[in-house]
Amino acid sequence: MSERLSRKQVAWRIAQDIEDGAYVNLGIGQPELVANYVPEGREIVFHSENGILGMGPEPAPGEADEELINAGKKPVTLVPGGAFFHHADSFAMVRGGHIDICVLGAFQVSAAGDLANWSTGRPGAVPAVGGAMDLAAGARRVFVMMDHRTKDGEAKIVERCGYPLTGRGVVTTIYTDLAVVDVGGSGLVAREIVDGLDFSDLAGRTGAPIRLADDWRRIAAPAL
Amino acid sequence: MIDKRVASLADAVAGIGDGAVVLISGFGEAGNPTELVHALIDHGASDLTVVNNNAGNGHVGLAALLEAGRVRRIVCSYPRSSHSEVFQSLFAADAIELETIPQGTLAERLRAAGAGIGGFYTPTTVGTPLAEGKESRVIDGREYVLEMPIRAEFALIKAECADRWGNLTYRLAARNFGPVMCMAADVTIVQVRRFAELGGIDPETVVTPGIFVDRVVEVPEPMSERAAIERQERYP
Repeated sequence: MSERLSRKQVAWRIAQDIEDGAYVNLGIGQPELVANYVPEGREIVFHSENGILGMGPEPAPGEADEELINAGKKPVTLVPGGAFFHHADSFAMVRGGHIDICVLGAFQVSAAGDLANWSTGRPGAVPAVGGAMDLAAGARRVFVMMDHRTKDGEAKIVERCGYPLTGRGVVTTIYTDLAVVDVGGSGLVAREIVDGLDFSDLAGRTGAPIRLADDWRRIAAPAL
Repeated sequence: MIDKRVASLADAVAGIGDGAVVLISGFGEAGNPTELVHALIDHGASDLTVVNNNAGNGHVGLAALLEAGRVRRIVCSYPRSSHSEVFQSLFAADAIELETIPQGTLAERLRAAGAGIGGFYTPTTVGTPLAEGKESRVIDGREYVLEMPIRAEFALIKAECADRWGNLTYRLAARNFGPVMCMAADVTIVQVRRFAELGGIDPETVVTPGIFVDRVVEVPEPMSERAAIERQERYP
């Protein structure tokens, strides 16, 4: 029985790959956890699509201001050095390649780096895209944070996405509860795997051809 | 003499006719011109096309305008946020048209309208269902999709402070779509918490210059949509 990483551990693992000085956009939901695990000594500037650079953590109780919220409409704070700007500037940052990394959740990622995370395509579903397609197309690196398989055991890393795409060939790296997988011109490469899981088992839980990096290693995440 | 100040919310929304395209600022509960939207409900225009990032919160502001049956079509990026129950039920009943646009494309289409740009190419949506039927083109080896400007007859905006020339400042992240929407409408109508004397706003801090603004009205204590949702308030 292999160990799965908790969501917090996946968030911790992603944070280790964000370099000092990076401008980073965290998607709504699970990716927001990444901000809690920035390694000490690194200065990282968080961008919020609604016009904030230098977004800080949740305010203390009673300090919330409804005009200072994040993309998920939750109250946040501004760190010293932070700035406000309007939506066209905010998305010029995203679409103009100025955001170094965005971290997004996903329904599926294909071996070619196609991302599906905005719609299940179910009849009657309300199509709501927000900033996901802009981030997918515009951020320099797109990190995906998701479970390796669905609750029903279906692979979420697939040959071709069955859900409507958010972006084509945009994903750089996939961080799951089982592995860190790079997506590149030569296909999927497992860079790190959780303790107790063989590569063959990982490949069996991945819905597209994957190979093991020569310098692969075990994920060393603290208990979280 | 230039004086864009108007005395009442009713004066502010005067002239908005049936079938108009109306831009409404705001993101979630920040930056919504709730009092102007309520004045628009009282004013009575219907068959409207509304452009907003979302599709209304609770039963006030834009949600109340939808609930009053005044909106034929909504153009937005994210109509599924929490507290969007009014829109959800109208959409499920096929009682409203929806055009979903990526948020950055929405902002840029508004900016393009304001800047006199006839259209632009963006890589956002390439390979996705939202690019279907749109002209595309390869530039320097990368595929782009053609997007057209969104122009409107009216914009309803919330800002923080205005002088009689219509110069505007905003507060925190309530700025969001305000500046680009001010540029993109024939008649831009702004509610502010306070008026300043001409010259009373430091020119270095003006975010929207008055050239983009037509009417300003003072609403010193605008409604908190978040609090209104908690109180389950409705308008009217």
